[in-house]
Amino acid sequence: MGLLDQKFDNSNIIITTMDDLLNWARLSSLWGMQFGLACCAIEMMATGASHYDFDRFGTFFRGSPRQSDVMIVAGTVTLKMASRLKTLYDQMSEPRYVISMGSCSNCGGPYWEHGYHVLKGVDRVIPVDVYVPGCPPRPEALLEGLMKLQEKIRTESLAKKKSA
Amino acid sequence: MEHAATQMSGYVSRPATIPGLGRQLREHEMVISMGPQHPSTHGVLRLELVVDGEVVVDVIPHLGYLHRCFEKHCEHMSNYQQVIPYADRMDYVAAMSNEFGYAVACEKLFKIEVPERVEYIRVIMAEFSRIVSHLIAIGTYGMDIGAFTPFLYCMRDREHVLDIFEQTCGARLLYNYMWVGGLSHDVPPDFADKVKAFCKYFRPNIKELNDLLSHNKIFIDRTANVGVLPPEVAINYACSGPVLRGSGVKWDLRKNDPYSVYDRFDFEIPVGTGKVGTVGDCWDRYMVRVREMEQSVNIIEQAIDQLPSGDVRAAVPKRIRPERGEVYVRTETPKGELGYYIVSDGTPSPYRVKVKSPCFVNLSALPAMSRGAMIADIVAILGSIDIVLGEVDR
Amino acid sequence: MIPQEMYDILRAEFDDAVLGAQLEGVLDPELTVSPERVQDVARFLRDEQNLQFDTLMCLTGMDYTGGRLGVVYHLASIKWGHKIVLKTELTAEQPHCRSVESVWKTANWHEREAFDMFGIIFDGHPDLRRILNPYDWEGYPLRKDYRVPEFYNGMRVPY
Repeated sequence: MGLLDQKFDNSNIIITTMDDLLNWARLSSLWGMQFGLACCAIEMMATGASHYDFDRFGTFFRGSPRQSDVMIVAGTVTLKMASRLKTLYDQMSEPRYVISMGSCSNCGGPYWEHGYHVLKGVDRVIPVDVYVPGCPPRPEALLEGLMKLQEKIRTESLAKKKSA
Repeated sequence: MEHAATQMSGYVSRPATIPGLGRQLREHEMVISMGPQHPSTHGVLRLELVVDGEVVVDVIPHLGYLHRCFEKHCEHMSNYQQVIPYADRMDYVAAMSNEFGYAVACEKLFKIEVPERVEYIRVIMAEFSRIVSHLIAIGTYGMDIGAFTPFLYCMRDREHVLDIFEQTCGARLLYNYMWVGGLSHDVPPDFADKVKAFCKYFRPNIKELNDLLSHNKIFIDRTANVGVLPPEVAINYACSGPVLRGSGVKWDLRKNDPYSVYDRFDFEIPVGTGKVGTVGDCWDRYMVRVREMEQSVNIIEQAIDQLPSGDVRAAVPKRIRPERGEVYVRTETPKGELGYYIVSDGTPSPYRVKVKSPCFVNLSALPAMSRGAMIADIVAILGSIDIVLGEVDR
Repeated sequence: MIPQEMYDILRAEFDDAVLGAQLEGVLDPELTVSPERVQDVARFLRDEQNLQFDTLMCLTGMDYTGGRLGVVYHLASIKWGHKIVLKTELTAEQPHCRSVESVWKTANWHEREAFDMFGIIFDGHPDLRRILNPYDWEGYPLRKDYRVPEFYNGMRVPY
């Protein structure tokens, strides 16, 4: 039962921990950065459209890394793009999270064997929180990836530093 | 290699001569980088704009941010069928068209006959893929101009087509469906009903889209007389598809150089007429796409009525026995003319597969269209060319 | 116009530049042209009244093994509807070919790609740089003897 599902009859006081409150606030409004690179970007757009809605999770896409919390790396990362990706990741302010969507950004995807210009996995340049497999992953899979990230955020703590 | 170009490694300080511009920057000019991550560049494309205030003096595109080594992969595949998933991923918005072109090229090279049913289903899938691609083009173009609602409407219609694709071959976006010699699955039993229901559902939606976006005054103000491409320039730059037809040249491979069974259908070729501006401006290119969607629905209805029976997997050869030879085959995809140049040396794996990608060629005409425009017009011009970076960079 | 007539017209005009032809027994009839004269031949093909090849469909770099490279041009005519293929032969020690960018503007990017992938140098090209690979990439990837580098700017390249 969520916090807001209860009715407050007599008292208007909620007692919770600071950790829970901050985590709940963070996971309910994860603003994503538009980082669609390749085919997975089309599925990300389809997830953001009205059939599988992203907005009901509090997520909508911002153009600038400075205004976003989560970077969904959707598509193949090439060596030429990798340095720009690192620059964009560095420009995001903490707390920041990364979802790696699709096989190409997980591990190089179908281009793992002979792709001389493909970075075999985006975790070679930035730390990743959630990996969503698929080529491309279905919109439901991406939504599950987002929910897994929300569970991960729910268990964070102010006292222990997030290992990034 | 001692050529000067290979020693360049990016800008450290303000360079004397800008590569691509060919001269030094003048005092009042400035370089703005519309970088690889940008909401309006339809993917990872870097445009270096040389501007004088708000007016663009030159545009230098930088590609390669999605170069995935398609041609190298083809040379290492152990047979010709294994290339098809990689061909899908080039123009990932209309994946069936890429497979179609490759399958037609291989069948011409190895002299394989395909059954009639396969041809008709391929045409239906290719026309669906044209509708899907144009819906994304129109939706994202509206979003670039600033209208968010048409994007949601286009994606809603697109989901219906993706349902049909998923019931046929199991995938929504990248199918691996058209194999050399046939198809991987036959269509489900209620395919004809679903297709007819979709055609009936979709026609009024095109009219709705026209009312919402195409004849909207703000949209016309932003796209008419912007990015004019004269027809001789378009032909010299080898533009094709809606970019060429928007400039008034009536050239469509489905009528002028037919392949598969396109010569059995009755449809028109929409051409830009300069109705609200000049011939060859952004509005013309956009309107050609909208009218092509209507023609695609016509073709689908005719094809589904004439669909013969048969077996779609019977003609897929168990092993392709290639002989030496080479062929160049071009097909009309939603973006333009896609060409496959396949060289075979008698071994089971291809020797060289070169793809002439329409978006690559259309994008090379961007500087010619945008000199003298304003920065906001560059967004409109780029959206009207309709590029997909997977195909530009391969 | 059939390929034999095109070959005759071309042979009459450029006897020294046209080195060979393969008109029968292939799917696309092809003519072999010398690399230094390919720009003159291209301009003639574009401007001649009965030929008018106004579109360069595709320009491909090729690596025929044994240190031999080549460039293949696929031309088409929107006006007349016919097609032809031109081929040139180069060597890896002397990979120079004349550029046709002044004839068809579309060749600008195609030639940059052939340079990027094979190292073929097009004389007379206004801006010959790499186009798909990064500007500081080493090697020519589509050559048959290409070896993938181990590291690029600190990132490991192979899997």
